[in-house]
Amino acid sequence: MRGTTGAGRGDVAFRLILTGLAALVPLIFLGLVTQLAWSAWPSIRAFGFRFLVSGTWDPVAGEFGAGPMIFGTLYSSLIALVLAVPLAVGVAIFLTEFAPQWIRRPVGTLVELLAAIPSVVYGLWGVFVLIPLLRAYVVPPLQAVLGWTPLFSGTFFGNSMLAAGIILAIMILPYISSVSREVLAAVPSSQREAALALGATRWEAVWSAVLPYARPGLVGAVVLGLGRALGETMAVVMVIGNRHELSASLVEPGYTMAAVIANEFNEAAGLQRAALFEIGLVLFAVTLAVNAFARLLVWRVARDSAVGSTAL
Amino acid sequence: MISRVARRRLQSHVMTGLTVVAALLALLPLFAIFADLVLKGASSLNWDFFVRNPPAAGATGGGVANAIVGTLLVVGVGGLIGLPVGIGAGVYLAEYPHTPFARTVRFVADVLNGTPSVIAGIFVWIWVVRPMGHFSGFSGGVALAVLMLPMVTRTTEEMVRLVPQSLREAALALGYPRWRTTLQVMVRTAWPGILTGALVAVARIAGETAPLLFTALGNLNFKTDLLQPMQTLSLQIYVFATSPFAAWHRLAWGAALVLMAMVLVIGLLARAVTRSRLTDG
Repeated sequence: MRGTTGAGRGDVAFRLILTGLAALVPLIFLGLVTQLAWSAWPSIRAFGFRFLVSGTWDPVAGEFGAGPMIFGTLYSSLIALVLAVPLAVGVAIFLTEFAPQWIRRPVGTLVELLAAIPSVVYGLWGVFVLIPLLRAYVVPPLQAVLGWTPLFSGTFFGNSMLAAGIILAIMILPYISSVSREVLAAVPSSQREAALALGATRWEAVWSAVLPYARPGLVGAVVLGLGRALGETMAVVMVIGNRHELSASLVEPGYTMAAVIANEFNEAAGLQRAALFEIGLVLFAVTLAVNAFARLLVWRVARDSAVGSTAL
Repeated sequence: MISRVARRRLQSHVMTGLTVVAALLALLPLFAIFADLVLKGASSLNWDFFVRNPPAAGATGGGVANAIVGTLLVVGVGGLIGLPVGIGAGVYLAEYPHTPFARTVRFVADVLNGTPSVIAGIFVWIWVVRPMGHFSGFSGGVALAVLMLPMVTRTTEEMVRLVPQSLREAALALGYPRWRTTLQVMVRTAWPGILTGALVAVARIAGETAPLLFTALGNLNFKTDLLQPMQTLSLQIYVFATSPFAAWHRLAWGAALVLMAMVLVIGLLARAVTRSRLTDG
């Protein structure tokens, strides 16, 4: 087939062009990893492992540690998961198992529309709608009852871990529910029919036959949502308060890795910039691991779905 | 016995009801956000909003003409770079799917797809902004291209792979060279799908802010020079929302409404393209 004719030469040239374009994808990856590591090196050498746990962030003394940001990233994402997972899986179960046929598409589309809202618009809404709402109706009663616990101690100024967690929950909900739907839809109907034939109620069929079968994929959907939450930047930077301090309290401000990069990168120089590069490197590595793990899990159930590339 | 069955039925109904509640709760923020966008944003929309530049800090009036034009330019650059490269890479993956190189590209594309967008900003700062010595609308476009590349690559691949192999075989049997078969049969058949994927990717990057912070930077003046720092609607919203000025807050809501409308229109266009493919048969 590949002769020395004109057509053959055209084929070779065509393949070369396509290969060149495709090669840009791994090249970007390599260029990113190597340069990120290279630029972070001064910080890695200066602070070593201490960087990941230290809470000092002192541009004047040239002393940097990412402890509070790493903690804040994990904490805000955890809050988001606690709020979003039951809702998202509930929506997915409703839409694949219980909802009448005519409702499935419109409701599914509407939920996925949440993923189309730009991050900065979530931030805007958080600043001017959600935070005033929290300040007026949610946090005062919570503090009145639970103010003695470490979770709700401290003064609430608005910008807080809680606000960031709620916004993140809304943002990752469409991703978790859309992947969960794909996973649940991939469960063979023989699973349901077998349970129903044994006399199970519709819920029992879902609970005992569908969910166990789908479990790895559902965990994958959740982990995928986690990956989104960990790297989310704009909405978080606008509502979390951007404070270099570690606090378990939901009502106090915090910081995340992505937020500190967005907030300080342009003003940073020297060692501070290297420290921000190192935070970028850590964030990149963490989201990479989380996403790879999620894909593995989802593929075990719904092998052919291109996870994460579907939602608008 | 009867009571046990009744209890199980009741449980089934209650749990079904709870999933309905979950669906309603999930839709609540969507309606709340859209309602607030319209309520707070529509009142700032007037002629000035589209043709004037932002007022000085604290002053009233003005508009976001600079940001609207900047968004179109930066997203345009992103699309001009990201779409051809992404579609080319996707066609490669679909046409030579089993080579080790293709496997690598596919895996890396998936990995990059989940990368936080702020990282794309850092990448372009390192490779474009630092060598050029200054922020620019062009570098912002490159950042958006980097962001859309893996998305476009993977959707293009999927769309081309959906084309039946019998079409390819028919073309090859007629003596078509491989490259013309790929372009004129496979890609052409898959084109509406590829276009849909491309539009979805454009809609996604149009609202991005984080990768533009260290590339396009933002600019309160009207600029069409791509080598200068450039404003986009997303950057404008960020700056205005975090400022203490009420007039800027109003503009931020208006800008958010316009940005949201832009994203939705591109998204609807993507759906329309898919639908036309279905009706054309």
